[in-house]
Amino acid sequence: MDAVEVAKDVKRADLLQMYYYLRLTRTLEDRITALYRQGRIMGGVYTSSGMEAISVGYASALRPDDIIAPFHRDMGAFLVRGITPGEVVAQYLGKRTGPTRGKDGNVHFGDLKRGIIAFVSHLADNLPVATGVALAFTLRGESRVVVTNTGDGGTSRGDFHEALNFASVRKLPVVFFCNNNQYAYSTPLSLQMAIPNVVDRAKAYAMPGEIVDGNDLAAVYLAARRAIDRARAGEGPTFIECKTMRMHGHSEHDSAKYVPRELFEEWKKKDPILKAEHMLKELGYADETTFKEVEERVKKEVEAGVEFAEQSPLPEGTETLEGVFAAEDEVQS
Amino acid sequence: MTTTSVEHEVTYLEAISEALDEEMARDERVFLMGEDIGPYGGAFRITEGFQKKYGEWRVLDTPLSESGFVGAAIGAAMMGMRPVVEMQFADFISCAFDQITEVAAKNHYRWGAAVPMVIRAPFGGGVHGGPFHSECPEGWFFHSPGLKLVAPSTPYDAKGLLKAAIRDNNPVIYFEHKFLYRRVKAILPTEDYIVPIGKADVKRAGRDISVITYAAMVHQALEAAEQLTKEGIELEVVDLRTLVPLDKETIYDSVRKTSKAIVLHEDNKTGGIGAEIAALLAEECFDCLDGPIHRIAAPDTPVPFSTPLEEFFLPKVNDVVAAARKLAAY
Ligand SMILES: Cc1ncc(C[n+]2csc(CCOP(=O)(O)OP(=O)(O)O)c2C)c(N)n1
Ligand SMILES: [Mg+2]
Repeated sequence: MDAVEVAKDVKRADLLQMYYYLRLTRTLEDRITALYRQGRIMGGVYTSSGMEAISVGYASALRPDDIIAPFHRDMGAFLVRGITPGEVVAQYLGKRTGPTRGKDGNVHFGDLKRGIIAFVSHLADNLPVATGVALAFTLRGESRVVVTNTGDGGTSRGDFHEALNFASVRKLPVVFFCNNNQYAYSTPLSLQMAIPNVVDRAKAYAMPGEIVDGNDLAAVYLAARRAIDRARAGEGPTFIECKTMRMHGHSEHDSAKYVPRELFEEWKKKDPILKAEHMLKELGYADETTFKEVEERVKKEVEAGVEFAEQSPLPEGTETLEGVFAAEDEVQS
Repeated sequence: MTTTSVEHEVTYLEAISEALDEEMARDERVFLMGEDIGPYGGAFRITEGFQKKYGEWRVLDTPLSESGFVGAAIGAAMMGMRPVVEMQFADFISCAFDQITEVAAKNHYRWGAAVPMVIRAPFGGGVHGGPFHSECPEGWFFHSPGLKLVAPSTPYDAKGLLKAAIRDNNPVIYFEHKFLYRRVKAILPTEDYIVPIGKADVKRAGRDISVITYAAMVHQALEAAEQLTKEGIELEVVDLRTLVPLDKETIYDSVRKTSKAIVLHEDNKTGGIGAEIAALLAEECFDCLDGPIHRIAAPDTPVPFSTPLEEFFLPKVNDVVAAARKLAAY
């Protein structure tokens, strides 16, 4: 089915909301990249440029009380969950107003109040953690669901397999996304695995899997919804492989010389924002004026965020020593 | 499973079992995960009968998947549960090293997410376990900020520390010594009690030499003290009980009194916890030391299997006696 037909199953308001988040994500990450090039950001900058539909799509399919355990190309999910551009830039700048108060950088942050488990650099580490989140829901008889995401490279780690196996054995309410963007740093898929599709890995765990066009917002959203519904109904985990392409280097220091230029050219035409705009126009849900309005709005929000972050204080050196342990009264016992 | 309504003598192993049972009855957020802990009752039968009492989900048999189930425990803990996971043997904790040191240990520091969970790790030698069933892996985790480590030596401490660990808001590794499981017994209080994490215990007071130790080696130290008292040498045996956070005050107080220190552990010598304690004493108690700090520990080899090899490997009562005699001469 063509992308426009597919999108008919999604409410207009939901599509427009998700379109806004696509634009917000792109604009925010472009701005962060610019700050990096100006030398105002220390450390790595990992963006989801050209892959925004995946994290915006899955996060939009969840209930507020559900949980996400995202990876490093999921900025859209953070924003959908209510993290502000100001918090994100503050985090990148190591400011005290960032979600980790300067303890960690870039996309390594979370907030349980907003249902976000912080990404751990060690790829795939959060997949077993997500199964435990789901286990807690099952133990308490709650109808909540957790969605986690990993790159194609992350699926080679043992923790990926341990998580899928456990989730499947216990039919846990977890959805495993995979952002298959063809590369893991410089390593192409062909050197990462001997199977043609990442989703084949799910078969070993008797887990239903599907492949979706990761650049098609509505398709990702609908696949997420189906999997989330299954999980909520107690039918167990699902694996969703999103085919996409990493349009930059691994991080901003990497020129990605190892990627054939034609591949970039090919995928440029499939940009998720372009595709979403085409779909919205075809359905008569939006036009160029709408797109312009959204563009203006997100620019303002991102600029306000940058200003907030730049004006925020840095932590004091001695704050290094805080927070190694949780206090006795921190969690009710 | 045992009941605790009447005063009775229990082994170290039964004390652990009682603590688990009582905490599960007290708090429904507490649940157990591990390999073969359900109908089988665990490799050491600590959870025998538990699944009948608490059901298949609260006494959850996992796949053979240490990293996977420790990761799952972290996730459940962040959601407000109180998981207690069992390593079949502490040696297998290496498979979960990454989840423990990178996820559990750093979560609260990085983004304020508490991880209230316990990992039970049956550790230590003297049981003919060989290189893969006798390890003392506490040193690895001693060096990872964000983890609490406890290692009881008696049934009283075993029960009280496990209860405290389950009620703690942090990841706690509970090192239970396999050699002590059925060898030490005690009558425990009938009422609920905990042994606070972070408090050492002077298991025997003495004026001449402090022996700072933990877990099974406490008993070697106590036996050495019995022997030496006949020679007029009085050992003070400081049982650390908690390794992180270390009760430095109790260690310093003892050494300031005796002016002499032996640090004793079953873990390998190099880079072990004893090295840290010796360094702390050199930093903090230098002026009051009347002799060199002695370290008694296993040699830097894996734990060997064959009886004469393992006997050679493990620190012994005689090692403590010999070191104490030397130190007493200063
Ligand atoms: C366990 C581990 N090994 C190495 C790295 C360093 N590293 C960071 S991202 C990355 C590539 C990740 O590839 P993939 O999982 O496909 O995600 P992508 O970045 O392509 O979205 C590597 C090797 C890491 N973070 N974790
Ligand atoms: Mg990749």
